[in-house]
Amino acid sequence: MPLLGAFTFPPIDELFRWKDIWFAGTPLAINKTVLLVLISSALICILMIGGSRKKALRPGPVQNVVEMTYEFIDNGITKDVVGHDATRYTPFLGTLFLFILFLNIWEVIPALQFPPTARMGIPGFLALMVYVLYLYTGFRYQGFKYLTGHLFPPGVPIALYILVTPIEFVQLFLVRPFSLAVRLLANMMAGHILLTALALLTAYALTHNPGILKVIAVGPFLLNVGVTGFEILVAFLQAYIFTLLTAVYLGDALHPEH
Amino acid sequence: MSTVLLAAQQAGELKAGLQSIGAGIVYGAAAIGPGIGIGLVVGNAIQAMARQPEMQGTIRTTMFLGIAFTEALALFGFVLFFLAKS
Repeated sequence: MPLLGAFTFPPIDELFRWKDIWFAGTPLAINKTVLLVLISSALICILMIGGSRKKALRPGPVQNVVEMTYEFIDNGITKDVVGHDATRYTPFLGTLFLFILFLNIWEVIPALQFPPTARMGIPGFLALMVYVLYLYTGFRYQGFKYLTGHLFPPGVPIALYILVTPIEFVQLFLVRPFSLAVRLLANMMAGHILLTALALLTAYALTHNPGILKVIAVGPFLLNVGVTGFEILVAFLQAYIFTLLTAVYLGDALHPEH
Repeated sequence: MSTVLLAAQQAGELKAGLQSIGAGIVYGAAAIGPGIGIGLVVGNAIQAMARQPEMQGTIRTTMFLGIAFTEALALFGFVLFFLAKS
């Protein structure tokens, strides 16, 4: 009698590769991932433009949410981390935060339940964008000192530069963008796999057990509910951390001291 | 002839099995250090918050930064797990 015995997990590609819906076979093919990205972009535009258009003195609920989001990015991330003179980066950081948050949150929307950030294309491209931006900012505001300041940090004995310089070089040019992309990808991927595994276990326990033994499905089901709550937290946290790290790299590129 | 085929099949199974074991060890080993590291970061952040509650906001931001840097190592292990398995 199979309690949870002969359960086999489907291959990973089955969970993350979606069939093309429209324009199949062309480079512009649209599948579920692309569709969710387009929908979230449209939703963000509608929310932010609609919420900031009227600028009422007593804000309504939508305007309130928009203003709170702006305050959160501007005070909590830009001014605190990048610097008080860097308000011009708030639109970029805010867009980044909202885009990642909206993409992440599809993970727990019933019936859709797939975070587009779990495909390497999106975190990879966002990380590449941040990479180009902070290197450009660094070289523009500090010139060549940006590179030397990183590769030869002051206060280190000269003999240690043999060790420190290669590490700092790899850190600045490879580890930063790679870890930025992989952190978001791996978190969303792990969450999606975990939720899928628990849902499949519940279904398996319900269909393969006779009579009263179906009760065993309660375990994975309750766990699934709990993990869904946890994944909402992870979706917010990963969007926040991605934006925060971008802000740290930008602040480091603008001001050498921090 | 059949023994050769059998041997080839067993070699394939052995390879798949060893790959799975390797992938498991990769992720398990990669999770040890970051586990300890995140524990240290959060523990010390809580202590700092308890000593100076008025600095809570700054400490929390710095704590998330520390977690993010530490966690990256575990996530590299997670990616390597999939690379080692396939």
